[in-house]
Amino acid sequence: MSSPDSNRSQQVSNSGSAGNPIRTVKRLILASIGMFAFGFLLVPLYDVFCDITGLNGKTSSKAYATEDGLLVDKSRWVTVQFLTNKNASMNWEFEAAEHKVRVHPGELRKVSFTVINPTTQRMTAQAVPSVSPSEGAEYLLKTQCFCFEQQELSPGANQQMTLLFRVDPKLPEHIGTLTLAYTLFDITSSTDNAQALALLDNPTGLDQPTLASDL
Amino acid sequence: MSDIAQSTSQSPSKSDQSGHDHHGPAKGITRWIYTTNHKDIGTLYLWFSFIMFLTGGCMALVIRSELFQPGLQLVQPEFFNQMTTMHGLIMVFGAVMPAFVGLANWMIPMMVGAPDMALPRMNNLSFWILPFAFAMLLSTLLMEGGGPNFGWTFYAPLSTTYAPPSVTFFIFSVHMMGISSIMGAINVIATILNMRAPGMTLMKMPLFVWTWLITAFLLIAVMPVLAGVITMMLMDIHFGTSFFDAGGGGDPVLFQHLFWFFGHPEVYIMILPAFGIISHIVPAFSRKRLFGYASMVYATASIALLSFIVWAHHMFTVGLPLAGELFFMYSTMLIAVPTGVKVFNWVSTMFRGAMTFETPMLFAIGFIVLFTIGGFSGLMLAISPADFQYHDTYFVVAHFHYVLVPGAVFSIIAGAYYWLPKWTGHMYDECLGKWHFWLSMIGVNLTFFPMHFIGLAGMPRRIPDYALQFADFNMIASIGGFLFGFSQLLFLYIVIKCIRGGKQAEANPWEGAEGLEWEVPSPAPYHTFSTPPEVK
Repeated sequence: MSSPDSNRSQQVSNSGSAGNPIRTVKRLILASIGMFAFGFLLVPLYDVFCDITGLNGKTSSKAYATEDGLLVDKSRWVTVQFLTNKNASMNWEFEAAEHKVRVHPGELRKVSFTVINPTTQRMTAQAVPSVSPSEGAEYLLKTQCFCFEQQELSPGANQQMTLLFRVDPKLPEHIGTLTLAYTLFDITSSTDNAQALALLDNPTGLDQPTLASDL
Repeated sequence: MSDIAQSTSQSPSKSDQSGHDHHGPAKGITRWIYTTNHKDIGTLYLWFSFIMFLTGGCMALVIRSELFQPGLQLVQPEFFNQMTTMHGLIMVFGAVMPAFVGLANWMIPMMVGAPDMALPRMNNLSFWILPFAFAMLLSTLLMEGGGPNFGWTFYAPLSTTYAPPSVTFFIFSVHMMGISSIMGAINVIATILNMRAPGMTLMKMPLFVWTWLITAFLLIAVMPVLAGVITMMLMDIHFGTSFFDAGGGGDPVLFQHLFWFFGHPEVYIMILPAFGIISHIVPAFSRKRLFGYASMVYATASIALLSFIVWAHHMFTVGLPLAGELFFMYSTMLIAVPTGVKVFNWVSTMFRGAMTFETPMLFAIGFIVLFTIGGFSGLMLAISPADFQYHDTYFVVAHFHYVLVPGAVFSIIAGAYYWLPKWTGHMYDECLGKWHFWLSMIGVNLTFFPMHFIGLAGMPRRIPDYALQFADFNMIASIGGFLFGFSQLLFLYIVIKCIRGGKQAEANPWEGAEGLEWEVPSPAPYHTFSTPPEVK
């Protein structure tokens, strides 16, 4: 009997499925690496998908540039409700001055929110908005929002924060109420690192951590 | 084909072993550490999987003991959570998957007439990674803060923000399991596509080979995605990214999408090879050819393809839009069609066959009946509006245990009994085998059938305590759990007894069994098909 190795090469050449295993293996390894990359690609794809479909209640992360041409539809009322939530580990106080406003579509409206840092530490917070029903998310146009930036408060300090928004007159007829929920997150620990890094790139220190600014 | 059978059986295994250093197994422990022989590695995989099965089983018994009656008796809720998590991880990644890889190692080269797997050294590596991965995973139980306690699905932020410090070890061990699975899958595909005997076209391949080929492609497609998900977790925990942290612009729901994009094909990874095994055993003991071979192949392929577009049925309650709920509901129900084709084919194979009921056949029939029950409860769960009621209740636990225990595990046991004569050269004890079957059958149903009722009545899963009205059914389930668990020790005894002796097995001990593996002598010589057989 000859050695198994030569048997194997003989086997391969005689095989009914004659093929080169090395080529198969190379392709399969490439496919595995490709699928690993695809897993990461799903992250931006997920955001793009939510963006296009307006699912998930994500509002635009950029301020809406005011168009003076936006008509105010005096014939219609839309109720906008505000919810202020805190993430489990967050112990700031966070309140909206008004919990509910009635606006005409197209009308610019200002709502103020208050945050208080009752702790003894300097903390940084980030508010993350979400609109319900998610179908209405793209019609809530924010000209100015505290959620576009981070809030940093020294112990015991408080801050008034402004939201300037209008409701797009193109809002579908069947939506009479929009609920804008903010969740406040404690991002002190991640900003410490991120700011240290950002300072290296941008000595003004005004930059935000990359992922937060992608909101 | 009979020519080969004669020529192979004429060279007895004794001369193989003494003739050349290469041909017999090495002596001592190094045989197992350095081995590149597919049969040795298959044996290692099977024993490893059985040890993990008993380990995960002990954890299940801790869970069932705590749930024997309401109130907290034996363990603290924190430890209970670690038990449910580790039980799931060990059974999925340590017991079921390695068992199928072990069967693939043993049987695929023999079934396609190849001398070994295509990449024997990589085969050795992919096995020997596993004991280290699981040793690391199990060691987390002894670490400060305990082991993983977030459920086997490790949803973020439970597994990131709120995870115990040992989560890093968990991530590393899952990475190792994933690498092992991917290497195993590459090996299986390379063997099947390149090393088949002359004349064995794709549509002549035995169904176990077909189902494993498709399973291996599923593994290549989704294990890297799992690796990606746990890498993102690692980065969230240690490197300040926010993939799954809403405070930093990420999204915890994204975790569930990514996880189930891996997770749903994963459940078919655990059942497709089972379909293959059953498709061998049912024809053998019905003494008929398999009904609808081609439709079996196409059904397997369509189940695999559909598995990529149904993942969100695991997350109907996260707030999917209506269109999403409907899409995932209907696509999930569509899977019942190819699965139904398979069950129909098995039943049609038995129809008017000359059936006998040896242990492998008993387990195979048990599989068909109980897996179908699990399939039907799956259809119930697929109905999105109803799922809001069933979600995260014991009904879900009943469903997936019905498809995994009397499904995947029964098929592995059936396969083990079916091929034990080929592996050991001895017949197992048929009487004890039947005892094992009936005890397992009664134990499994006592354990999991009442879970349907308590689930529909609203008992949530993953809790150490429950309301009084669930007490009776939980007690029945616990008794059944212990019965099933201890019956597996009988299986261990039967296997050891069979290895050590018993009636000499013929090359083909089953009257109706077909395939190249039955044309080599029993026990299968250390090297088989060094010269490829001719398949007509």
